Amino acid sequence: MSFHPRMDYAPAKFHQSARALPEEGEPFAYTPENQAKFDACVKRYPPDQRKSAILYALYLAQGQQGSLTRAAMDHVATQIGCTAAEVEDVVSYYTMFFTKPVGKYVLYVCRTLSCALVGAERVTEELEAALGIQRGETDPDGTFTLVEVECLGACDRAPVVMVNDGWQERLSPDRVRQFLDDLRARGEASLSGCHLCKER
Amino acid sequence: MPYEPVLTRHVNEPQSYTLDFYLKHQRGYEGLRKALTLQPHDIIEQVKASGLRGRGGAGFPTGLKWQFVLKDTPKPKYLCCNADESEPGTFKDHVLMERNPHLLIEGCAIACYAIGAKVAYIYIRGEFYHVQQVLEAEIEKAYTAGYLGKNILGSGSDCDVYVHRGAGAYEAGEETALIESLEGKRAQPRIKPPFPAVAGLYHCPTAVNNVETLCNVPLIVLNGPEWFASLGPEKNGGPKLFCISGHVKTPGVYEASMHTTLRQLIFDHAGGMMDDRPLKAVIPGGSSVPLLLPDQLDVPSSFDSIQKAGSLLGSAGIIVMNDTVCMVWLAMNLLHFYRHESCGKCTPCREGTDWLFKLLRRIESGEGRPKDLDLLFGVSSNIVGKTLCAFGDAAATPVLSTMKVFRAEYEAHVREGRCTLPAEWRARQPVFAGAH
Ligand SMILES: Cc1cc2nc3c(=O)[nH]c(=O)nc-3n(C[C@H](O)[C@H](O)[C@H](O)COP(=O)(O)O)c2cc1C
Ligand code: FES
Repeated sequence: MSFHPRMDYAPAKFHQSARALPEEGEPFAYTPENQAKFDACVKRYPPDQRKSAILYALYLAQGQQGSLTRAAMDHVATQIGCTAAEVEDVVSYYTMFFTKPVGKYVLYVCRTLSCALVGAERVTEELEAALGIQRGETDPDGTFTLVEVECLGACDRAPVVMVNDGWQERLSPDRVRQFLDDLRARGEASLSGCHLCKER
Repeated sequence: MPYEPVLTRHVNEPQSYTLDFYLKHQRGYEGLRKALTLQPHDIIEQVKASGLRGRGGAGFPTGLKWQFVLKDTPKPKYLCCNADESEPGTFKDHVLMERNPHLLIEGCAIACYAIGAKVAYIYIRGEFYHVQQVLEAEIEKAYTAGYLGKNILGSGSDCDVYVHRGAGAYEAGEETALIESLEGKRAQPRIKPPFPAVAGLYHCPTAVNNVETLCNVPLIVLNGPEWFASLGPEKNGGPKLFCISGHVKTPGVYEASMHTTLRQLIFDHAGGMMDDRPLKAVIPGGSSVPLLLPDQLDVPSSFDSIQKAGSLLGSAGIIVMNDTVCMVWLAMNLLHFYRHESCGKCTPCREGTDWLFKLLRRIESGEGRPKDLDLLFGVSSNIVGKTLCAFGDAAATPVLSTMKVFRAEYEAHVREGRCTLPAEWRARQPVFAGAH
């Protein structure tokens, strides 16, 4: 008796990949500034190691259009001189790349131990309630995306929330709504920033 | 005699990150100047004599690591500075890079000279963008001042330092995975040997060192190995940064010698327990090391003493927990982390962490079955020692260590069908302390 269930060899089903391909998206090319930045970055690595610049290239593309589409990944592949599959391999591994459109502000709430010990879970719950979305989702008007992340390396200032590339420290659950209002009104300037760089 | 900080003495002063401040108050780049007059071999000997041990987690002697970097090869050599700092509970490199970046830059330059590398890459985690901006600006200033670049300080040696930004992956902190990530691939570890010292970045001889490790190098060259060794217990010399977080009054980074006991760190440096609640357990070296109980804290916080006490100093991320914390919940929280961060290369780790998390969630939510405890033990034991890198052992540790000491809590969850701690104590609903 075979242990395996009977296989359905109908071609359509059998050859279907479970891999979710990102959207094709609009045609994509770097702006001249980004092209110049990329060309400068590649010079940091040996000439035969252009692939080292792939994370940088992807950050540039993501910065330019918000998230990574297939067109953007193809463009990165051409720039680097590798295959599109190699780019997708990298994109699908790292957590800071998005293959779906995200809100204007991405809220990364740290959920690991030190933050959880002082209430990170409740911060996330408050954010979910205030925005009317679940973790992992974007609100309907495309302002906020809520994601949970693992330790951000600032556990003494727990609970920590990263907002795009900015930083909000000691966000207690009762201050969540105020925090969102401030962010709507004043953007990233309203963040507490990293306490270490306060006086700069 | 009170301990005088050397790495973080000035970090709270407004301009501490600038080149001017560094030159004026920290004898900036004198170490590099001195190093360039020595033979590379002599620097390695000095670092060996100082007993400097890697601050990234493993505590491997740094001088020895540099000595292993292949010298007679036509290939270029590389230095990779590990600034990935993703071990839960660790945030010391963050402070050093942000408030004292020139110490790291100088350390990189000396290390490059010692191992014969012309290029250093600082691999910084993607989330530290604000730190990266400081670091890059200060590197630029070091170039302008002639401490980096071609023919540094007229010595005839070259040294380039570049910052390479990661994109969110704990595993990128493992040295071979870091190299893979630097090469533009997924951050997955390599089979060792060959070790990076023989075939690392671009298959060239490479030294991978933690930020704090490299920050100690200028101090050793400047003040001598004897001075360095005298700061701590035997074989555990030098200053050490301790990151204290969790249920303490004043969490933060504290510099101390490794003579200081864990109890002193928690109760004197970090102000004691938040809300003066009793202490239940301490994780002394980042989430990957076993727990210690309140009666095990009177040991010097050195690599060797903590190991003797049954845990590890690891990355010196001290996480303190009070009596409200459920140990099953703790293991579940950390296994969520390890499940998420497992790079997926080795089957025991990729599948095992998922199973462990699911089992813990089942027990924590009160639906655990009596045989789940043996299953937890079985799955964890089948990860330990069966993976390419130390991630697997690290992932099994929270489960094995809590099961060993707090097995009764696991059994109570299964028996009662719920967490037996008072509902208002649940770790996910803590009281905010007045200290905040
Ligand atoms: C899963 C895993 C994650 C690691 N993460 C880090 C890290 O974030 N930062 C770090 O400095 N070392 C990390 N390490 C340790 C490195 O592999 C390596 O030992 C260290 O960078 C060597 O530097 P050192 O000799 O200066 O300590 C990690 C190791 C493992 C197995
Ligand atoms: S646990 Fe949240 S920053 Fe470390």
